[in-house]
Formats: sequence, structure tokens, C-alpha cells
Amino acid sequence: MTATTQPLPAEWRDFFALTKPRVMSLVIFTGLCGLLAAPAHIHPVLGFTAILCIAMGAGGAAALNMWWEADIDAGMKRTANRPLPTGKMDRTSARDFGGALAAASVFLMGFAIGWLAAAILALSIFYYAVIYTIWLKPRTPQNIVIGGGAGAFPPLIGWVAATGDITLMPVILFAIIFFWTPPHFWALALFVQTDYAKVGIPMLPVVAGEAVTRRQIVVYAVLLLPLTLLPWMIPAQFGGFGAIYGVSAAVLSTLFLLLALRVGVRKRQGDADTMRPEKQLFGFSVLYLFALFAAMVADRWIVVQGIVP
Amino acid sequence: MTQLPDSASNAAADRKRILRTRNIVLAVILAGFAILTFAISIAKMG
Repeated sequence: MTATTQPLPAEWRDFFALTKPRVMSLVIFTGLCGLLAAPAHIHPVLGFTAILCIAMGAGGAAALNMWWEADIDAGMKRTANRPLPTGKMDRTSARDFGGALAAASVFLMGFAIGWLAAAILALSIFYYAVIYTIWLKPRTPQNIVIGGGAGAFPPLIGWVAATGDITLMPVILFAIIFFWTPPHFWALALFVQTDYAKVGIPMLPVVAGEAVTRRQIVVYAVLLLPLTLLPWMIPAQFGGFGAIYGVSAAVLSTLFLLLALRVGVRKRQGDADTMRPEKQLFGFSVLYLFALFAAMVADRWIVVQGIVP
Repeated sequence: MTQLPDSASNAAADRKRILRTRNIVLAVILAGFAILTFAISIAKMG
């Protein structure tokens, strides 16, 4: 084979695109919040390393996801321009890149921070790349609920990286993102027409219908309200938060529930329906998570660490 | 498929450019990793 007939090698931007940078920004934010909200001091260099490892692990898992789902991505408009479906990169390179990034993140976390945080990071990568992507996503309409577990790991890992142990508080942080994910994604699924049905992925709105999806959104929003208030109930010596977080969580979660209820009780008004409540719920859900975790960090730094008496 | 000599030389130039850029990015990442390892060692000793 001559140089003229060989395909061009993938550019570094294609490898970067494999890591799903937009998803990674949320992973970095929640991981950083877990780290900063933990009741322990961590050296800034080690804190940076922990967040870098979380980002690398998420990037590696995303690359493995794209490697496995290359055929599915090729069949959907939203994902058809990714590096593998467009032929900018071969599948083996994507698999090797993802595997190497994931392995490097776990070993760096283990050597620099601790093996408990490294083990949870490894579990999160395995959960996303194998349990979610390969096993359950193509088999159950509850795939979004299961996928939410993968996105819920970063604050748990950040907290464990800072404190060195698992307590009730980081598990609650995990649960908050776990219960937030379904209403967030299902609100999006209600107003964005996706091609998942075409490629055989059983998404809830397609398989069970809109009415069931709307009910499920309300169920998760109802569960989220008391769950987000739990950290306020836990004493500060066990890692709990104060009034800044508590009031913020009560206001934010009540608003979230009200928007979810509005989505839950309505029906689509034909093809001309602008789906405004669903769009508002989705938009607010992003703001909600950022604000909730920012409130945790603010509470820890302002009240619990005594910056303001 | 027959390719014109021009497109062949363009492809060769593109290949060279892509590989050079990839090598530079890899070198920067490796240098960053070396600096990070040094900084982690200092932080853990402190």
C-alpha cells in the first residue's frame, strides 16, 4: 500500500473529542465540589491531581463508550459526526486510547492520592463502560437511571480523595446526582426527537410513552427534595452542611419539583406544541445542579470553616 | 481510485503535519506529567 492510498492518521483533536469534553466539564465541576465541600484539607497539588484523575477517568470511559457504540453513533444524526463514524479514526485506536487513559487515571490516583479513591474511580469507569454501555443501555428503558449512577461518582471520588474514607455524606452526594439525572434527561427526551429507536436503544419515552415518562419525572423530583435536605440534617462534625446550603437546597428543590409537576400533569398539544414547560425544566435542571453544589462549597467555606462566624 | 500527483503530495504533507502536531501535543503532555510527578513528590513530602 502506498502513501497515497493510506487514510490520514487521526488528529489530536479527534482523540480529544473522544473524551466528550462537554460532559467532562460537569464531571470536573461536581468532582471539584466534592473535593472542596469535604471537611478536610488537601494540598492544592494533590487536589489538582485528584481532579485531573477524575477527568482522565471520565475521558477514558467516554472513549471506550464511543469505541463500543461506533455503529450506533453512525446511525444517529446527533452523533454521526463523531471521529469514529466519520472515519477520522479507526476503532482500535479509540479502544487503546480509552483503555490507556482509564488505566493511567486509576494508577495516578492510587499512587498520588490513595487506593480507596482509585478503586472507586476504577469502579466508576467499569460501571460506565461495561455495566451501562455494553450491558444495560441496549437492554432496558431504565438505561438513563442506570447511566445516572456513572455521572454520580465524581463528587464521591472528590470527597474520598480529600478525606480518605467513605461516610454517609459522599454517598448522599452520589444519590443526589443519581436521582437528578432521570428528570434532567427525560425532560430533554420529551422535546428533542432522537434517533435512539432507529438504532435499537430502548429509551423510556419511546418504549413506555410520554405519560409514563412524565410520571417518572415527578417521582424522581419528589424523591430529590428530601434527599437534598439530608445534608442539612447531618451534624457538621459528620460532614453535614449549614443554613446556607439548607435554605438554597430547599428553594432550589421546591422550584425543581414545581417545574416537574407542571411537566407531569400536562399532555402534548399536538405537533404545534412548543414544549415550553419541558424546556424550562431541562434548562433549570442544569442550573439547579450547579447551584446546589456551589451552595455546598460556599456553606463549607463560609460557615463551617469559619470564614464568616 | 486513481489519484493525481498533486493530491498525493498534499496527502503526504497533511500526514506529516498531523503527525508533527500529534508529537508536539504528546511531548507537552509528557512534560506536564513529569512536572506533575515532581510536584506530587514535593507535596507528599511536605
